[in-house]
Amino acid sequence: MAIFGRLRDHPTWLETPYQLIEKVFRWLNPLIKKIGYKRVDRWMIFSEKIVKELIFDCKMCGQCTLHFTGMTCPMTCPKNLRNGPCGGVRSNKRCEVDSEMNCVWVEAYKRSTRMKIFGDGIESIRAPLDYRLAGSSAFINLLRCEDDNVCDSFTPAEPEKYL
Amino acid sequence: MTESRSGSTFERLLRSGRFVITAELSPPDSANPEDVYSLVRKLENYVDVFNVTDGAGANCHMSSFGACMLLSQAGHEVILQMTCRDRNRIALQGDLLGASALGIKNVLCLTGDDVVIGDHPQAKRVFDLDSIQLIRTAKTMRDENVYLSGRKLSSSPGLFLGASVNPFAEPFDFRPINLAKKIQAGAEFFQTQFCFDIDRFRSFMGRISDMGLLEKCFIIPGVGPLRSERSARFLCTRVPGVFIPDTILTRMHTTPLNRQGEEGRRICIELIQQVMEIKGVAGIHMMAYKQEEAVGEIIEKVGLIPRPANRLLN
Repeated sequence: MAIFGRLRDHPTWLETPYQLIEKVFRWLNPLIKKIGYKRVDRWMIFSEKIVKELIFDCKMCGQCTLHFTGMTCPMTCPKNLRNGPCGGVRSNKRCEVDSEMNCVWVEAYKRSTRMKIFGDGIESIRAPLDYRLAGSSAFINLLRCEDDNVCDSFTPAEPEKYL
Repeated sequence: MTESRSGSTFERLLRSGRFVITAELSPPDSANPEDVYSLVRKLENYVDVFNVTDGAGANCHMSSFGACMLLSQAGHEVILQMTCRDRNRIALQGDLLGASALGIKNVLCLTGDDVVIGDHPQAKRVFDLDSIQLIRTAKTMRDENVYLSGRKLSSSPGLFLGASVNPFAEPFDFRPINLAKKIQAGAEFFQTQFCFDIDRFRSFMGRISDMGLLEKCFIIPGVGPLRSERSARFLCTRVPGVFIPDTILTRMHTTPLNRQGEEGRRICIELIQQVMEIKGVAGIHMMAYKQEEAVGEIIEKVGLIPRPANRLLN
């Protein structure tokens, strides 16, 4: 339940803290590696889940990409689309599957156009999900994946210059 | 655009600069091959390529793969539609290899309509990959000779890759970016949802032309005749992503019931004529579900015969 979901309408307030947290984790990486990714992951899950669920309605896919999708969690799309909307968006901008709900990608695109740091991320391609990472901490996975190249979920394909 | 790696006749047709006509074919609810052939017989003299749907509208039908194979064996050029709704990445990659091995060289990669709008709303939706990831997977298999896992293939599939684009659905400003992403992922041709809103389509084509994307892909807009005012309203409200402007709805509404079919075909002809004048349109995609016999009349009236063009090419 995204009780603080309204915050998503101010994506610029959210992207700065997001970037900051990411930087802190990268800075702490040597320490976290020493303690062990798995152990820190267990400590992290609860707090990460609570915060992300209250703001983003997080589904704990473990491969957070929401800063690249307008601070809007693409896993809240009933089809779990991570690269863009499907062709079935209704003319009132509602979802094809659930007519009560706004299309996640309509919101994502609108918000991303206002974002200064990660706004362009919506133009690059997201790799398929690794379902083994579901339920674990995305920040730890980010470090872990960069470290031993287990998954490519975070490395976006280089966006081609077309604009 | 890069040169052909697929060996597909459809690709050769497009690259030769001919105006191509594809037709949507919805496989029957039957296990009898004759039911597929009888659908084809109504269309074969008027279209170049058959585009076979994969459980359209999330309704159960004969598989796209099966119907494509029957057509391909009968000497027709086919496009295999592949949706991410029903199969995970293991099944999809296997099907890509199987398709190429059976001589099906064109694949249209789609996300797929959701299960809730179909006849089995109880079903589990898969969506393991999305359409862009599926295109990239197919391209990786073709060009880099490996599975998504990195395991090597002993022979890569020869495929001409397509995707869909819907300029008529929200978010309108994102649609050209979505097209660019699909091109980057590996899509070479695009088919659109029903085009009734010609102004919207024109501005979409203008936008992608400005972005320099027209040289990188072939765009084939979808068109089709309306059977009646009722079917127009049905399309608008029940088929995801279809938008019909009020001018067309009013035209259908003011026509007496017994002449609405004729009016629908007339509107379709006008739309095709307008679409053909837009720069960058490589062909048309006829969608005439359950009115296959109208296709011939429409194609004749817009003067796009003789067909099929692939026989002229050889």
